[in-house]
Amino acid sequence: MAKVKPRVKIPKRPPEERIKDFNEVALTLSEEQAISEASRCLQCKNPTCVKGCPVGIEIPKFIKYVKEGEFEKAYRVLKEKCPIPAITGRVCPQEKQCEKGCVLAKLGQPIAIGALERFVADWAREHGIEEELPEAKPTGKKVAVVGSGPASIVVAADLAKLGYEVNVFEALHIPGGVLVYGIPEYRLPKYIVRGEIDYLRKLGVSFDFGILVGRTIAMSELLEDYDAVFVGTGAGHPRLLRVPGENYNYIYTANEFLVRINLMRAFMFPEYDTPVHVGERVAVIGAGNTAMDAARTALRMGAKEVYILYRRTEAEMPARREEIENAKEEGIKFVFLVQPVEFFGDKNGNVTAVKLMKMKLGPPDQSGRPRPIPTGETVTFEADTIINAIGFVPNPIVPRTTPGLKVDKRGRIIVDEEGRTSLGRVYAGGDIVIGEGTVIEAMGWGRIASKAIHKDLSKL
Amino acid sequence: MYSKYQILKNSELAPKIKEMDVYVPFIAKAAKPGQFVIVMADEKGERIPLTLVDWDDEEGWIRLVFLEIGVTTIKIGKKKAGDRLFYVAGPLGNPSHIENYGTVLMVGGGVGVPALYPIARALKKAGNYIISIIGAKSANLLVYENEMRKVSDELYITTDDGSKGFKGFTTDMLKKLLEEDRKIDVVWAIGPAIMMKVCSAVTRNYGVKTIVSLNSLMVCGMGMCGACRITVGGETKFTCVDGPEFDGHLVDWNELLLRLNMYRKEEEYALKIKKL
Repeated sequence: MAKVKPRVKIPKRPPEERIKDFNEVALTLSEEQAISEASRCLQCKNPTCVKGCPVGIEIPKFIKYVKEGEFEKAYRVLKEKCPIPAITGRVCPQEKQCEKGCVLAKLGQPIAIGALERFVADWAREHGIEEELPEAKPTGKKVAVVGSGPASIVVAADLAKLGYEVNVFEALHIPGGVLVYGIPEYRLPKYIVRGEIDYLRKLGVSFDFGILVGRTIAMSELLEDYDAVFVGTGAGHPRLLRVPGENYNYIYTANEFLVRINLMRAFMFPEYDTPVHVGERVAVIGAGNTAMDAARTALRMGAKEVYILYRRTEAEMPARREEIENAKEEGIKFVFLVQPVEFFGDKNGNVTAVKLMKMKLGPPDQSGRPRPIPTGETVTFEADTIINAIGFVPNPIVPRTTPGLKVDKRGRIIVDEEGRTSLGRVYAGGDIVIGEGTVIEAMGWGRIASKAIHKDLSKL
Repeated sequence: MYSKYQILKNSELAPKIKEMDVYVPFIAKAAKPGQFVIVMADEKGERIPLTLVDWDDEEGWIRLVFLEIGVTTIKIGKKKAGDRLFYVAGPLGNPSHIENYGTVLMVGGGVGVPALYPIARALKKAGNYIISIIGAKSANLLVYENEMRKVSDELYITTDDGSKGFKGFTTDMLKKLLEEDRKIDVVWAIGPAIMMKVCSAVTRNYGVKTIVSLNSLMVCGMGMCGACRITVGGETKFTCVDGPEFDGHLVDWNELLLRLNMYRKEEEYALKIKKL
């Protein structure tokens, strides 16, 4: 077998330095690194990497341009299919998508597609590359987009490019959804998100903030004013542990903890008004990406020790390997096979400890992973801050306030294969449909829905 | 024309108690009694909940009454007519359930009185006989007396220091009225958490259903974060999407009181450092 040139090593700041601030951990490739990495691409005739990309970026094409040093052309290729490459280049789980499909993955050296995407997007921003704005003929039709997270961004961009008048209704005060309230600054700086959202504005998309569809405006009212409505309200409702003592002070849901720090910028308190309290010994429940985000954020907020408490073992942790590695490098400690059964607090109502049930692994459950089974043995684990990161359920407000909008048992909006809901002219996508997915999966659903909206409205 | 979030009026009802009209037509159009809004003073501000006290669909304004006690309320209290708030979202929370219950006893304390006002007005309109008890620390801090008088069939005033009306707490007057053995179908209480706690304890003895509107700490106001969670009837609820009104007999009051203190230290520090 021919010897393969090894994959580029993605530059990262050293752990002891990065845990002291909220600046980015991973860094952008240099031009030389990017060109060298791009030159490893085999330019497959039938590229399997593209099949792994939910928004269908023409990966070999943009990589070819990188190899030739034609970064602006590479940027245009990215932007054609993905409105926010500086974001997806940073947060996509490429190892499960495009890079998994790369033929070089079989040799353990897939092209660093994500790092190249990020390099191109960052290069374009730093060189002030003007966006190419398509001059679409106005269709005269209006589309309302509910929520401004990843799925909504794709719908808004796609339809604006096709000449629709698009208005985004965002309940919070900043656009971006989970990109601004969920993902920490050190993984995705908020100025990057602002820049990508500006592109939507340039496309003519307008934004209204502080509007909670279902409360401020009913779905029926939106349908009077708009030809179609896309619901991308996400899975931002935290799942609770439902065990005694879960409301002691300083037991946070991961969402509250991250909203305070990311959206409200409590890490800059008191310059920003919102406080957050982080003790010395922090326990994070769960081992998904959100748990890693919460744990690493707690460390940056000055916690002395941060633990991940997980009911299965290392092998079953749902977080990206890269994030687990980053967490380990930074000194996050892991305790496996434990599940909280009760919290304890002091006379001021502040949490002091959690009682953990020791678990063992049993036969696989519905998820295909071994089911954790209680052993009956418990242990008390001291902690002065607890962050519950066991997951999310769909935000209930739109379904609860919209008669006729069908949801499944788990509260997810039911759609057909093209994103149509049970209500005419109402479409949905992203986590409100799939439960808990990734940024790029949500974007893929946005792409599906925008195609259906265009198809249906073109018939009228 | 006014711009969104523009302040139309900001007047002092009593020392440190402000009444503010803000131009937000889409909220004025949708508002119902018992609901609240989330406001931000400026780009770097907190998100805090304030109860909707009144609104005008045609003119497009909402009315808020607040005590200048924290960073945000002090900041917005300083704003003048013509200035803008940074952000207002709403109406949030479930509206009060308005129907003809018969006789309703309304209990309001401090800035809880204005919060109670739109509910009393709607209940009056629905045909209820309204008995109101409104209270404050002293006469100069009593607000919304006239408004409440207009929508009440009977009105009782209490002050802690006796400077006006009955000397004592609203809850003392509540007990007195309940002891008179009059038929009260439901009690509605809004005020400081400790007042609502005592109200609920009093009415429990008489078996009178009691509705309270919780003033939990909140961040998002829309079910995302859970900062406002509270145990009600042994189950964790979110004040913002499951409330803000709950059965006072089922609320874990001690938990609420402790949770309200969670950021006391940070609040004091911020007030000091910002010289507010």
